[in-house]
Amino acid sequence: MSSVESDVFDIIAEKSAIERSKLSLEAKLKDLEIESLDVVEIVFAVEEKFDIHVPYNANDQELEFDTVGDVVNAVEKLVSEEHG
Amino acid sequence: MNRVVITGLGVFSAAGKSVAEFWENTREGRSVIGPLTIIPTDDLNVKIGAEIRDYDPKEHFQSKQLALLDRFSQLGLMASRQAIADADIDFEGEKGHRTACIIGSGVGGQQTLDEAYYRIYAEGRRGLHPFTIPKLMLSAACSQISMEHGITGPAYTIASACSSSTHAIGQAFHMIRSGMVDCAVTGGTEACIAKGTMKGWEAIRVMTLDTCRPFSKGRTGMVLGEGAAVLVLESLDHAKARGARIYGEMAGFGMSSDAMDITLPDAKSAARAIKGALVDAKLNPDDIDYVNAHGTGTAANDKTETHALRIALGDSAAESAAVSSSKSVFGHALGGAGALELVVTLCAIGDRVLPPTANFVEPDPECDLDYVPNQPREREIKAALSNSFAFGGLNAVLAVKPFNG
Repeated sequence: MSSVESDVFDIIAEKSAIERSKLSLEAKLKDLEIESLDVVEIVFAVEEKFDIHVPYNANDQELEFDTVGDVVNAVEKLVSEEHG
Repeated sequence: MNRVVITGLGVFSAAGKSVAEFWENTREGRSVIGPLTIIPTDDLNVKIGAEIRDYDPKEHFQSKQLALLDRFSQLGLMASRQAIADADIDFEGEKGHRTACIIGSGVGGQQTLDEAYYRIYAEGRRGLHPFTIPKLMLSAACSQISMEHGITGPAYTIASACSSSTHAIGQAFHMIRSGMVDCAVTGGTEACIAKGTMKGWEAIRVMTLDTCRPFSKGRTGMVLGEGAAVLVLESLDHAKARGARIYGEMAGFGMSSDAMDITLPDAKSAARAIKGALVDAKLNPDDIDYVNAHGTGTAANDKTETHALRIALGDSAAESAAVSSSKSVFGHALGGAGALELVVTLCAIGDRVLPPTANFVEPDPECDLDYVPNQPREREIKAALSNSFAFGGLNAVLAVKPFNG
């Protein structure tokens, strides 16, 4: 597991109160009972951890983050864009 | 119980520094949302808002008074001066004691607070200006308004986030209706476009980078605005006795709380507040020709509000009423929103014109009422509602109607 993946798993595990070992890239955020304010907090924690800006808007009617894997992919992309 | 009427209006908003200018822009759907200039936006993701332009406080306040006024108090005073002059009323002696001053604000002196924190934490300065607290306190605008006009009756500020001024006006209405006072100067004010506050709002992730498109498909969130509106309310007997000009009648007030989520709204609870206003006003759902919506332009609010209107009015009355959001024109003025939007509603009644929802692009199947997209429309308004549904589920709805004697 890459370090980005590992950090994202840590953040999501904390927010979703699910055991970290039970998380997988395929897990749907919906199924983890992560509510809208939790998503916003996850985004903030990710921004702070990786020193990136995540252009997330809670109004976007197409959810960008469907699974844990989506979050990891987005973060990896933003980290490489911002920090090369 | 006394009947209560509105006898004076005053507005100081991004959409106009007088009621006439404000109503003209709102009626025509001329959005004043644009790039922010009153603060630097280099460090901000959200660079748009609805700010008041071409305003120099030194032209309106003596320096001694100005030293005590955060921007939110300044705006409140600008609006109260207009309203009281418009009502052509004074508060000498006993009249002052029989007048209430109830002003809403969500966060009060944010600019003062922001500057104070900057001085202490960023500049490491030893102390703050002695007027810091009297300027930033949430009740400052209310105090300043009562001081300037000599209002010596019950006076305080109400804070309920986005519903603050609707709650304030509702309280004032109750006080006159019950006979506690004869008159009230009431409304709300907000001037929170400061760097810290903008950062706080950005973090909630409900702000649009585009513009405010309430009820439209593809809407991406809300826009912050600043502004104040003040109204003079009187008992009908008091207004008649002095030959006051009457804008309309305050018919009813409904309130409820969601008791659910700190940011997401609940349709059933909002519907209870709408229904409460109707029942209090002794109105039937099909009496409602116009609803000035809370309509923030967020995915959540607009869908929920549509549903709430259907629940409260029933499908048929909800579909035949016209609903529009003035936040599309002057953004979300938070604690000032309810008062500004009530002024819009009263102007609509007076002019018999429905102000549109501006920036409307495409209908959203989940928002399926008549939102008067983009163009104003003539319509006789028998009765109207003005909705405010705040963060934390604090709902307040006012019902107003033309004064028919």
